Amino acid sequence: MAEKIIGKPAAIYDEFSRKGGAAPTATHYCPGCGHGIIHKLIGEAMDDLGIQDRSVMISPVGCAVFAYYYFDCGNLQVAHGRAPAVGTGMSRAQDNAVVISYQGDGDLASIGLNETMQAANRGEKMAVFFVNNTVFGMTGGQMAPTTLIGEKTVTCPDGRDPRFAGYPLHMCEILDNLKAPVFIERVSISDISHIRKARKAIRRALEVQRDGKGYAFVEVLSTCPTNLKQNAQQSTDFVNNMMEKEFPLQNFRDRFDEAEPLWRDESDFSKSAIDKLYSLEDNASPEAVPDKDFRIALVKIAGFGGQGVLSMGLTLARAGCRDQRYTSWYPSYGPEQRGGTSNCSVVISGESIGSPVVYESDVLIALNQPSLEKFAGDVKKGGVILYDATISGVEVPKNVRSIAVPAMQIAKDAGSVKAANTVMLGVMMELGDTGLPEKVFREAIEDTFASKPKLIPMNLTILEAAAKWARENIK
Amino acid sequence: MSENSENMKPYPQLNHLECKGCERCIPACPKSVLFMSEHINERGYRYVEYKGEGCTGCGNCYYTCPETLAIAVHIPIKEK
Repeated sequence: MAEKIIGKPAAIYDEFSRKGGAAPTATHYCPGCGHGIIHKLIGEAMDDLGIQDRSVMISPVGCAVFAYYYFDCGNLQVAHGRAPAVGTGMSRAQDNAVVISYQGDGDLASIGLNETMQAANRGEKMAVFFVNNTVFGMTGGQMAPTTLIGEKTVTCPDGRDPRFAGYPLHMCEILDNLKAPVFIERVSISDISHIRKARKAIRRALEVQRDGKGYAFVEVLSTCPTNLKQNAQQSTDFVNNMMEKEFPLQNFRDRFDEAEPLWRDESDFSKSAIDKLYSLEDNASPEAVPDKDFRIALVKIAGFGGQGVLSMGLTLARAGCRDQRYTSWYPSYGPEQRGGTSNCSVVISGESIGSPVVYESDVLIALNQPSLEKFAGDVKKGGVILYDATISGVEVPKNVRSIAVPAMQIAKDAGSVKAANTVMLGVMMELGDTGLPEKVFREAIEDTFASKPKLIPMNLTILEAAAKWARENIK
Repeated sequence: MSENSENMKPYPQLNHLECKGCERCIPACPKSVLFMSEHINERGYRYVEYKGEGCTGCGNCYYTCPETLAIAVHIPIKEK
């Protein structure tokens, strides 16, 4: 005979094999816990909306950490409070996914508060089910951000005192200040009449996801009979009479009808697209060519901010690009624009570069004394140190060539005290330690000053003056 | 249970093993046809029982039950 059965939804497993143990068909939740009720409502909506195969359930940290035992869909389990971040990644990587973030009050309103607000503000495509039972359940009943004033927990045994612990956080009201969310509602599963309303709200939040319309947030006032030391009736009464006073049930917004599906353009990470974006389609940045015979050059350039340390590194990197080498430039500096110390690492290689960080260098350029003191010890045996001749009294390691270059003087004589960095480049060009031909240094200078063409001739002159100095003075 | 289905009446299918005895379903039942057993199940919980008649198939007990497999409500569909 035909019959209708109201029972376990297909989106919830028949047996919880991930859980295992002696009772693999029972949930791990305590008697009277609200989680199972909410799980069933979500599972039922997944069935009815036909979204089971698109769904990705995110299990939080908290009692629902094992939600993936139960839901027969995609599952992720994430670090404490990080469901919105992981959900964002999931949603963006898989545009068609129905992302369900299931979080408790300790997870969402405490450690995860910032991420919750940021994800809501971005209007991420996810349904957030926020289970508020006023207490940290999994860890044994500690005070949560949502604990009521006067409510006793193990960490506020005399009741929550707002002079010490502030007031319960109203997540729906907070999120309702944001523009992006499509749906926000607070419901309860205290008793059957409330469960019927909660069922509708949960379904609505998932309809928003089914149609890809954006962010939906459902706060569910729930029971924790174990930690709050209540029986079923007491837990129902607590939610109805105490929690509802602090957290009024209501729909805060439902923009389902107006909201348009949110489909983002596909990101294009192809080289041609990136070249176009950064105007790199010209001769200045030809493709790198693999060359196993090219000896990798690790260069560290250091000085104080304003000496052109970073721009010298960029010019050197441009020279590497011009020579069709794999090249990286990696700056490191303090918060100051000028006046602090700064350094950069440049790697020029015949094969793709694993790390742009230079710990031990083949070439060190030190434009001031602290930089020389700091980095001289990190130069490899047989490496080269170029430092400004005004620096004195610093001991340099043995087995390293150290050359005092009158960089500031040469630059000054050629017309610009700021161009000591170009002098150092000219000396490097002449020494040849980077394995790059002279031509690309000149081209790189032209690239660097392309937006200030007046400076090109002067810097080329300084480059040649420095090379001349090197030929005459370095043996 | 089979008696009920033959009589074409709704009935709750109570899986005694899965019941944890929280008693949420008892006040949820509008016909007060559920009661706590005097016995305990294999897992050590007192479990809920059906009086055997009076179920209207409203589904309240299923929805308020925190376990996924403890209750299913069967509702016969009358053939036209």
